[in-house]
Amino acid sequence: MSWAWFHRFASPPYFYRLAGAMLPWLAWGAALTGVAGLIGGLGLAPADYQQGEGYRIIFVHVPAAVLSTTAYAVMAAAAGIGLIWRMNVAHAVAASCASIGAWFTALALATGSLWGRPMWGTYWEWDPRLTSELVLLFLYLGYLGLRGAVDDTSRADRASAVLALVGVVNLPIIHYSVDWWNSLHQGHTLLKLGKPSMPPAMLIPLLLMMLAFLLFFGAIVLTRARGQILRRERNARWIGEVVGAAAK
Amino acid sequence: MMHWLNMGGYWPFVWPCYLLSAATIALNVYFARRDFAAALREARRRVQSRGSSS
Repeated sequence: MSWAWFHRFASPPYFYRLAGAMLPWLAWGAALTGVAGLIGGLGLAPADYQQGEGYRIIFVHVPAAVLSTTAYAVMAAAAGIGLIWRMNVAHAVAASCASIGAWFTALALATGSLWGRPMWGTYWEWDPRLTSELVLLFLYLGYLGLRGAVDDTSRADRASAVLALVGVVNLPIIHYSVDWWNSLHQGHTLLKLGKPSMPPAMLIPLLLMMLAFLLFFGAIVLTRARGQILRRERNARWIGEVVGAAAK
Repeated sequence: MMHWLNMGGYWPFVWPCYLLSAATIALNVYFARRDFAAALREARRRVQSRGSSS
């Protein structure tokens, strides 16, 4: 198997240009799937037989939660690649995932809390799913704090990569917490054996919203990674061509 | 329309979730674009000063 494609991604100018070309597709994809998901979720999907209209929080809560864990998985994978292959581009991607991951983890917690009040009678419960999601927020904040505390970029990359990799242990805990412990949080809706426990009129808008959030994540990460690469490669000759092209 | 906005009485919980989501999305777009624009400005300044010194 040829690894040429992998090494091509390690090239900052190649990655910078590829990310720039992908950005409009991701952004427009996110906008279109998001609008379709909102129309389906807020307008077309029927009310839930138990939770009534209150269940419509699911169309932002679940996508935010999925983004929060996906961002961490991407961050940890990129950090690991950066650590093993000393790949600057991978470290740039890892560093770009952290802030959006933290934002959407906070959003998942806030929307979950607003959903919990009418359904469970409380905004917060030290439930395994909620607590492990809160730990995820602290992991993101720790990662960002560690990066901010170390001035030297390569040392910050290595130290934060180790933290990101250690924190991966929290991802299966978040996912399986509803199976491993008695939880107030509802069980798996989508990723369960057999078929999802939702009718298509609810499931399709939910999948569209999840896709919209993930495409949005891609667009933001690539925008941030391009900025990171410009800073990291500030003395490289190719930057002159890019800046020249951007100035035109 | 009022029936839809009322969300079966759950409007104090449903709409704040959508407002928070919209704000989170807007802020992420703003911060990411601002960060990239600053990096581009920095790079442009550096290239110009390199050009004028050589």
